[in-house]
Amino acid sequence: ISHVLLCNVTQRVSFWFVVTDPSRNHTLPAVEVQSAIRMNRNRINNAFFLNDQTLEFLRIPSTLAPPTDPSVPIWIIIFGVIFCIVLVATMLLIFSGIRQHRRKNKGPSEMEDSEDKCENVITIENGIPCDPLDMKGGHINDAFVTEDERLTPL
Amino acid sequence: MEKTRPLWATPLQFVFACISYAVGLGNVWRFPYLCQMYGGGSFLVPYIIMLVVEGMPLLYLELAVGQRMRQGSIGAWRTVSPYLSGVGVASVVVSFFLCMYYNVVNAWAFWYLFHSFQDPLPWSVCPLNGNRTGYIEECEKASSTQYFWYRKTLNISPSIQESGAVQWEPALCLILAWLVVYLCILRGTESTGKVVYFTALLPYCVLIIYLVRGLTLHGATNGLAYMFTPKMEQLANPKAWINAATQIFFSLGLGFGSLIAFASYNEPSNNCQKHAIIVSIINSSTSIFASIVTFSIYGFKATFNYESCLNKVILLLTNSFDLEDGFLTANNLEQVKDYLASAYPSKYSEVFPQIKNCSLETELETAVQGTGLAFIVYTEAIKNMEVSQLWSVLYFFMLLLLGIGSMLGNTAAILTPLTDSKVISSYLPKEAISGLVCLANCAIGMLFTMEAGSYWFDIFNDYAATLSLLLIVLAETVAVCYLYGLSRFESDLKAMTGRALNWYWKAMWGGVSPLLIISLFIFYLSDYITTGTLRYQAWDAAQ
Repeated sequence: ISHVLLCNVTQRVSFWFVVTDPSRNHTLPAVEVQSAIRMNRNRINNAFFLNDQTLEFLRIPSTLAPPTDPSVPIWIIIFGVIFCIVLVATMLLIFSGIRQHRRKNKGPSEMEDSEDKCENVITIENGIPCDPLDMKGGHINDAFVTEDERLTPL
Repeated sequence: MEKTRPLWATPLQFVFACISYAVGLGNVWRFPYLCQMYGGGSFLVPYIIMLVVEGMPLLYLELAVGQRMRQGSIGAWRTVSPYLSGVGVASVVVSFFLCMYYNVVNAWAFWYLFHSFQDPLPWSVCPLNGNRTGYIEECEKASSTQYFWYRKTLNISPSIQESGAVQWEPALCLILAWLVVYLCILRGTESTGKVVYFTALLPYCVLIIYLVRGLTLHGATNGLAYMFTPKMEQLANPKAWINAATQIFFSLGLGFGSLIAFASYNEPSNNCQKHAIIVSIINSSTSIFASIVTFSIYGFKATFNYESCLNKVILLLTNSFDLEDGFLTANNLEQVKDYLASAYPSKYSEVFPQIKNCSLETELETAVQGTGLAFIVYTEAIKNMEVSQLWSVLYFFMLLLLGIGSMLGNTAAILTPLTDSKVISSYLPKEAISGLVCLANCAIGMLFTMEAGSYWFDIFNDYAATLSLLLIVLAETVAVCYLYGLSRFESDLKAMTGRALNWYWKAMWGGVSPLLIISLFIFYLSDYITTGTLRYQAWDAAQ
């Protein structure tokens, strides 16, 4: 350690270097050295445990790693999955609706009018039970419907 | 005999439907902007006053009309007076316009949602240029999130005249968005009633998660302090009051006919007064809640940008003056800059033009609203969080829920009058009418997926509904109070719900609200007239 001489000390660790060719006894041109460094940047960085941000070669711009590009864009896969799910659900709902329509259309030809009206009221009102007054009467008189509704809050 | 009207299974479904309709994207991307522009905490004063004076009465009026007439907007207004069916038709037309352009936002949200499943997020890095030594120039000059929005998502053209072609990726997303909406409205209230449980409740879950995450972010307190420090002088600014009134008005979605449509599926004895108050209070509190989340995210983003700006300056100075690494920190930056300026004046003056002045205030002051806030600012904040994919998925899922919830109301406004009309519903079943409406809207919506589509979107967003809605609601209020008769309406309501009408509502409907609407209308008209040629902001790839 006593034989190490320092000169031109700067606050940063920096140095110039040239590469010599022992067999031909001249220095290699800068362009060749630059292209060699550019290709092997990773190995040089790893040797010093540094990276592109901390080890800088002047006048050699670092090439950036491109983001990985999968063959099929990921978003199309997810889009396809969700699209198919929604499409299937829509078809199911439509077809079950059509089947319900057909069953209702077949109904009136077999049953009595009053029973049919009650059944309509039950299916459409989503399980809210019918007002017992309506079922006993059998026929719903439209003229008095609003009056009945006024009485129910009591 | 006529089929009995489909009803909501429980009154809770009705409340949730109204909430999911009213709480929409405007609460997330317009209210925080207004709050920031008009004095932070002091904006809440005009906002709450307008809520009580304008929002609640008008909301109650629409719900009461719908529940009493038990028909969609066209039929309801025809019952009030045969000369007024035009009001109903106007509501349907405005709703149609709204449906056309609103679902495009859902399409964009789907696009971002699908792209959130990648690592790293595609908007966090700029793509590389040809020889891989740097980034694409457009992306360098703007930021990566802006590049992703303007180039990858919209592929925007430099001006509205150059329409470009329909972009197939947003078009696919638009088709998917309309399919989802169709799926939800397919069966009328039966299917809508179940969907609204999700669209009303899930956004709150996500907002709470984001609130917790947002408040624990580094720098969030900067944003919150900036937002909530009241600037009392803004109270004297008439624009603050006008914007508060406008925000309440449009946020509740009055005048589109959706509220009338929803209320028409109610039991006549439903207590719509209570529901009106609940819905309007929840809508406003959601706005305030969302703005807390937004501002903590703003604060995080501003602090992050401020610190990276400082780091860039430090790096620049360290490199130019060969300083020791770690010598320059944020604390001693100013002193070192002065020292360098005096010690090496020539070299410092060379470097000086490149040194940016980093300021936290300027970062915070970039107030953005609309699609810019949702798709650029938020994504920029999200990409800097840990596990950004999770936050991104949550955020866009929430945007989707909010958007689809509002779409349900908009389509209900169109479909209810159509299914009520005996002419149309005798030929076509409900599913076919819904399908045709969705198909028509989707086809016209392809306009917004073209390269100039975002400019068309801005036009529709700013001008499609504002004046018409003010006029419609004014006509509605005047019609109910003076044409139909306030006392007659009062006795109808009393007979229907069993409760007497409070004097407050009568005073508001009869006097205050129409005056407010007239003044808003006059203000907007004069604003349009004095503005002259309208201008829009364009994105030019060459700059």
